Amino acid sequence: MTISSTAERVWWKEPLERTELVWIVIALLWCLIMFFMMPYWHIYGQQNLANEAYRAKPADFAKKAEEMIAKYKVREEGGDLKVPVVRPPAGSDVYLVAQLWRWYPILELEAGKSYRIHLMSMDWLHGFSLQPENINIQVHPGYDHVLTVTPTSPGTYSIICNEYCGVNHHTMASRLYVVK
Amino acid sequence: MAVNRMFRTCPTTGLLFHEPAEKLMRWNAVAAAVSLLLGGILAIGVVLTRWQAVHLLPPDMFYQVLTAHGLNMLVFWIIFFEMAVLYFASSTLLRCRLAAPNMAWAGFWLMVTGALINNYSVLRGDSSVMFTSYAPMGAHPTFYLGLILFAVGALIACFVFFGTLVVARAERTYRNSVPLVTFGAITAAIIAVFTIAAGAIILIPTFLWSVGLIEHIDSLMYRTVWWAFGHSSQQINVAAHVSVWYAVAAIVFGAKPMSEKVSRTAFLLYILFLQLASAHHLLADPGLTSNWKIFNTSYAMYLAVLASMVHGLTVPGSIEVAQRAKGYTQGLFEWLRKAPWGNPVFSSMFMSLVGFGFLGGISGVMMGTEQLNLIIHNTLYVPGHFHATVVVGTTLAFMGLTYFLIPVLFRRELAFPAMAKWQPYVFGLGMSAVALFLMGAGTLGVPRRHWDMSFAGNAFPHEFPGAAWLMMGAAGITGLVAIVGGGMYLLITVWSVFLGKRIVGPGFEHVRARDGVAAAPARPVAAAVTGYGSAGMVAPGTFTLAMVFLVAFVLYYFINWKYLSTVWPLK
Repeated sequence: MTISSTAERVWWKEPLERTELVWIVIALLWCLIMFFMMPYWHIYGQQNLANEAYRAKPADFAKKAEEMIAKYKVREEGGDLKVPVVRPPAGSDVYLVAQLWRWYPILELEAGKSYRIHLMSMDWLHGFSLQPENINIQVHPGYDHVLTVTPTSPGTYSIICNEYCGVNHHTMASRLYVVK
Repeated sequence: MAVNRMFRTCPTTGLLFHEPAEKLMRWNAVAAAVSLLLGGILAIGVVLTRWQAVHLLPPDMFYQVLTAHGLNMLVFWIIFFEMAVLYFASSTLLRCRLAAPNMAWAGFWLMVTGALINNYSVLRGDSSVMFTSYAPMGAHPTFYLGLILFAVGALIACFVFFGTLVVARAERTYRNSVPLVTFGAITAAIIAVFTIAAGAIILIPTFLWSVGLIEHIDSLMYRTVWWAFGHSSQQINVAAHVSVWYAVAAIVFGAKPMSEKVSRTAFLLYILFLQLASAHHLLADPGLTSNWKIFNTSYAMYLAVLASMVHGLTVPGSIEVAQRAKGYTQGLFEWLRKAPWGNPVFSSMFMSLVGFGFLGGISGVMMGTEQLNLIIHNTLYVPGHFHATVVVGTTLAFMGLTYFLIPVLFRRELAFPAMAKWQPYVFGLGMSAVALFLMGAGTLGVPRRHWDMSFAGNAFPHEFPGAAWLMMGAAGITGLVAIVGGGMYLLITVWSVFLGKRIVGPGFEHVRARDGVAAAPARPVAAAVTGYGSAGMVAPGTFTLAMVFLVAFVLYYFINWKYLSTVWPLK
């Protein structure tokens, strides 16, 4: 029994039960299939992380964000908050700043076009969570995380923070607009 | 220093208890129960706040309570209990004296001190950083200090465990190889050693940073090293609860493992591959390549997953073989239908196995897939998953073992036996429902560790779909059911241990070392089991269940790839 010492000293010479052997083979095959799915999706699938990231200073990143806002701002939203809404050209570098406790600026993108989105935090860890798409990415201070995204349908999307970042974590919410 | 050689023999089980070991097991079990009680009270705050119809606590208190709930449950309850399991698996199952009981006590008191200090830090209000305490979000120095002391205490206990294995060998108190349950405990203890090492590598510098001696902690480095500690600590729990499953199979059915070789190799796989598998917590992070992520979460993780799938077959398989030998051979499932479902030791163990596999395992492997991780990272899906693995899996298994230990270790009659019969179902089914609803809400995007999913008062509120709100309400209700189940367990155990009727039995007697030597083994039992299965399969019912599991796994896995394919193209 499992709570008493073994009957044989050399237990590794035991034969296997057929049930066990069949199951091990099936389980191993399934694990191999799951492994292959990942590189397969990198080649044939449309949704992958870019593996493009840079070490950078938050202050420099914030400066790039401000330059982008200066060039492409179209309006402000949020009443007193005066959050700039920017409409960058397709294919360009877009900077999104995560900060305790806001996302800055608001992006307005065109459906069907691609954009290089850069994510960085100015202070603590934040979680970029695009809803209702449910794209969830970790945002670090000092690391510029780059992704090329292609919004598909027009509409109003939300960006919420899903990495706990202190007492006002739940107030960190913003918008992302996709236009035709 | 005189070595304590006082032992007593349990009249019902024949187990031999060493006096210092028995005392240590009791105290660790009590410390575990106190942590569970605290964690459970905190759970009320968590459940009634995330259920927004009630929204009980204000934000700062919610985050504080959530931090304390995680620590008391995931760290203190589980690890104190595991220390008791280690002493049982070594001293009791090997029938030998515990090595260095004074060291074991030092370890215990360090753990208690650490737990108190850590709880104090969260009580202060300035350390609501969650169990993960991600730098650069910092806590008060006592937060890290408490965890470090606790970890050191646990490490000492692990070394006492290893020392006891040496004593058993030296004093020849057992023959041949250690029992399988002890082998599983050794797995858990080995993993604990490198887990605690990883924890020290990250928490000591972070502690020094919190007192101003180190200037900067890189957030990516922190996460990478912390999760080497964080995930491995969960695998200690898996190795421990799988060992408990095997123990219960032997205790309740007299079951023998179908193959020592297969079960032990599966435990070995846990040790070899687990730490690398920790990478699955970092799939959405920058600065780590896809190659690294894929290698670690597949080659490495899948071999650990394979091990769990093996145990998922061999544990119920061994029960089926034992039951068929007793005559329950009708059809595929008579062995299971006629199993003692009214015995809380068994019902806990079986629900733990099914819940851990179907709910926890399948969801975990899905989340650990590089690209699929994107659609659930940091959503409520994650706590949904781990309430299935650590609560329905580990905690429920430990609860089942407690019902066995109350008469055998504590020598008290089980109080409220009718309640004990129902407790595993209330807790196990309640918590399984919680896991399902949280996973459902997470699939719809609801974030974890979040005080207000309605974003009331926010300039840019997000509106979650109605189904998400429904899930959250359902999670609130079933959460309360699970808490009642936990309360039942605590009532039964605390009452039994302190007020229950004593079981009279032989007391402790001095046993000389030479009298403790194990007898020469009887002629080995005939190999394998023959004639009890069908079509050469000795456990056809279990095999069928395993195939049902596989089908569920395959379907759920590909459904999630389908979900992913509808998301915006990203690269």
